[in-house]
Amino acid sequence: MELTGAEITIRCLQEEGAEYVFGYPGGAVLHIYDALFTQDQVKHILVRHEQAAIHAADGYARSTDKVGVALVTSGPGVTNAVTGIATAYMDSIPMVIISGQVPTYAIGEDAFQEVDTVGITRPCVKHNFLVKDVKEIASTIKKAFYLAKSGRPGPVLVDIPKDISCQKTEFSYPTSVSIRSYNPAQHSDLGQIKNAVQLLLAAKRPMIYAGGGVILADASKQLTELVRLLGFPCTNTLMGLGGYPATDKQFVGMLGMHGTYEANMGMQYCDVLLAVGARFDDRVVGNVKHFSQEKRKIIHIDIDPSSISKRVKVDLPIVGDVAHVLNDLLAELHGSKEKPDQQAIAPWWAQIKEWRGKNSLVYKNSDEIIKPQFVIEKLYEVTQGDAFITSDVGQHQMWAAQYYKFDKPRRWINSGGLGTMGFGLPAAMGVQLAHPDAHVACVTGEGSIQMCIQELSTCKQFQLPLKIIMLNNRYLGMVRQWQQFFHGNRYAESYMDALPDFVKLAEAYGHVGMRIEKPSDVEPALKEAFGRKQQLVFMDFITDQTENVFPMVQGGKGLSEVILAEDL
Amino acid sequence: MSPTEDATLSRMTIVTSGSDEVIEQIYKQLNKLIEVVAVMDLSEGEHLERELMLVKVRAEGVVREEMKRMTDIFRGCIIDVSDKTYTIQLTGTGHKLESFLQAIDRSLILETVRTGASGIGRGDRILKL
Ligand SMILES: Cc1cc2nc3c(=O)[nH]c(=O)nc-3n(C[C@H](O)[C@H](O)[C@H](O)COP(=O)(O)OP(=O)(O)OC[C@H]3O[C@@H](n4cnc5c(N)ncnc54)[C@H](O)[C@@H]3O)c2cc1C
Ligand SMILES: Cc1ncc(C[n+]2csc(CCOP(=O)(O)OP(=O)(O)O)c2C)c(N)n1
Ligand SMILES: [Mg+2]
Repeated sequence: MELTGAEITIRCLQEEGAEYVFGYPGGAVLHIYDALFTQDQVKHILVRHEQAAIHAADGYARSTDKVGVALVTSGPGVTNAVTGIATAYMDSIPMVIISGQVPTYAIGEDAFQEVDTVGITRPCVKHNFLVKDVKEIASTIKKAFYLAKSGRPGPVLVDIPKDISCQKTEFSYPTSVSIRSYNPAQHSDLGQIKNAVQLLLAAKRPMIYAGGGVILADASKQLTELVRLLGFPCTNTLMGLGGYPATDKQFVGMLGMHGTYEANMGMQYCDVLLAVGARFDDRVVGNVKHFSQEKRKIIHIDIDPSSISKRVKVDLPIVGDVAHVLNDLLAELHGSKEKPDQQAIAPWWAQIKEWRGKNSLVYKNSDEIIKPQFVIEKLYEVTQGDAFITSDVGQHQMWAAQYYKFDKPRRWINSGGLGTMGFGLPAAMGVQLAHPDAHVACVTGEGSIQMCIQELSTCKQFQLPLKIIMLNNRYLGMVRQWQQFFHGNRYAESYMDALPDFVKLAEAYGHVGMRIEKPSDVEPALKEAFGRKQQLVFMDFITDQTENVFPMVQGGKGLSEVILAEDL
Repeated sequence: MSPTEDATLSRMTIVTSGSDEVIEQIYKQLNKLIEVVAVMDLSEGEHLERELMLVKVRAEGVVREEMKRMTDIFRGCIIDVSDKTYTIQLTGTGHKLESFLQAIDRSLILETVRTGASGIGRGDRILKL
C-alpha cells in the first residue's frame, strides 16, 4: 500500500519507538499533523513556543537514554527552535527534529515562511538533511535517529518540504543503517589501555575528572567501580554530576569556575589525571597556561577525537565509548598482578582532606532572610535526594549544582554549554512525561523563568505536576555578581523591575502559587508543595538579594587562584 | 569540489594555515563532518600542487610585447587576444601565480580569476580508502 510522505514520517517515528513528539503546527507541516491525528501510538505534546518543544524533547532525552523528538513548521517555527537546537548541540543531546519546509518548487523564491533551514541550523546540529524525494523519507529518518544516538550524540534535523509530505510511495522501514563516512569508535586500543593502567598504578597524586560523556554513555556504574577499585578522588563537571555518587567519600565535588576548593586544587596539583568524557571546558580549566605549569600526565577518554588535545595537550588519548573503555580498563586492572597501592596515595588524601577543611561551600545562614543555598539544602532533604532537578541559568543553577547531592545519573538536567535561560521549565515537562510518577523540580530565577513562562499553559493541558522552585533575588543575579566583582558595582540593567505577582500568575494558569518569605517557612512550604502530587506548584522564594556564588575562579584565572566566600 | 574516478566520491583540496594544534583541530573537525569519507594532510609528505589562473591584462603599445615575454617566462599561454587586451592562462603553485602577478605591472591587470589549489601526493603516495 502506498502512503503519503506525512504518513511515512509518522510510521518512522513509531518504528523508532518514539513515545512523544513535542511540537507546534503550521502550514508546512499540516500533512504531518494530519497523519498524527489518525493514530495514537505517538503522542503529541503541544507546547506554546517552539523553543520549548526542543527543550522538552531535550529534557526527555537527558532523563532517559532515548532520542527526543520535536516537530516544527517552516520559517518562524524553525527560527524559534534554533536556540533549543543549539542548546542540545552544545551538550551533545540525542534528538531528531522534523521541520516543515515550503514546497520544493518554491524553495528560493522567498516563499511564505521560507527560511534556509539547513543553512541556519548547520552550525548547531550534528547533521541535517533536506528531503527532496518522498522515497527517501524513511531512509533519511532512519539515518537521523542513528546519527543522533551513536558516537558523540547530538541533534539531527530533517527538513521536509510540503509537497514531499503529500506525495505517495510504498513504505518500508530499513532494518539497518550504515554510513560509509561515519564510523564512530567503539573499543579502544588495548595497548593504550595497558599504558593507562600502568600510569594509574604508578600515580602518587591521582585525580579522576569525569564529565557529561559518562552520563551520555550510561557508564556511571563502570566509573563508580573504577574509582572505588583505585581508591582515587573523583570530581565531576557540571554536566557530569550524578555520574559518580555525590555522597560518596571519594567524591570531592564539582570542579571549575564554581567548583569546590578541593576539586580545583586536586585538579591543579595531581600528577596523573584521568579525564573521562569531559572536554576541558573554559569554565573548568580557566587558564590553560596556568594549568599547564604543573607537570602531570593526562589520560583522556573521549569518543570524539576533536575533544582530545583541543584546549589541553593530552599524553595518552583513548578514543572510544566511555562504557567500553572503562570495561576494558577494569578488566585490565582486575587481571593485573599489580594492585592499587593505597599507602602510596595516603599523603595525597591527607592533602585533599586539608583542602576539604576549608569548607569552601560554607555560607552564613540567617533567621530573617532566606538564603538561596538553604532552599536547595532543604529541597534536597525534602525530596530525599531522589528528585529529577532541572535548572535554568544563573546563580540559582550553580547553587542547585553545589548543594543538591546527585547520587544517580540523569537526575540533574541543565544547559551547561550554551547556558540557555528559559531551559528549565520546558525541560522539566519532558522529564515529567518520561517519569510520570517521579518528583520533578525546576530550580529557576525570576529572570530565567520569564523566558519560557508560557509553558505553564502546556503543563496545565497535560497535567504535569512540576514543582517550580524560584529563587527570587530581584536581580539577574549572575550578571549582577560579575558587575559587582569586575565592573565596580555598576549594576547596568541587571535589576529585575516590574516583576509580576508570580502567585497570581501561577493561579491564572490554573496552578497553585506560593510565596515564601521567611527561612522558617521554607521546609514546611516545600513539604506541602511536594505533598500536592497532582498539582503544579509554583514557589516564589524571596531570597537574599545580593548573595554571591562561591567559590569562584574568574575567567582567565588559574584553578588555584580561587576566590572563597571568606576572602571578601 | 569535483568528481573523481569513483562516481560515489567527490574530492576537494583545502589550503589553510595555522599552528600544529590548529591544523590538528581542523583535521579532526573535517573528519567529524558526517559526509567526509577521508581527510589527508598532503603537506605531511611529498606532494604536488597546481592552480589555474586566468588574467586579463591591458596589452597595448610597448607593453604588448612585454606581456607576451613575461607569459613565456612563466610558461603561461595567451588564450584570447583583442586589440587592447590579452587573456593569459597560467598554472602552477599558488606561489608561482603570485610571483607572476608581482612581476607584471599591477595597473595593467583588468581581471583575475583563480581556481584555488588542487593537490596530489607524489609518486606512489595516494589517498586510498
Ligand atoms: C553559569 C554557568 C556556570 C558554569 N560553571 C561551571 C563550573 O563551575 N564547572 C563546570 O564543570 N562547568 C560549568 N559550566 C558548564 C560548562 O560551560 C560546560 O558545559 C561543562 O563544563 C562541560 O562539561 P563536560 O566537560 O563534562 O562536557 P560535555 O559538554 O558534557 O561533553 C561531553 C564530552 O564527552 C564526550 N562523549 C559523549 N558521549 C561519549 C561516549 N559515549 N563515550 C565517550 N565520550 C563521550 C563528548 O565527545 C564530549 O567531549 C557552567 C555553565 C554555566 C551556564
Ligand atoms: C537567553 C540568555 N540570555 C542572557 C543570558 C546571560 N545571563 C546569564 S545568567 C543571567 C541572569 C539570570 O537571572 P535569573 O534567572 O534571575 O537567575 P539568578 O542569577 O538571579 O539566580 C543572564 C542574563 C543567558 N545565559 N541566556
Ligand atoms: Mg534572579
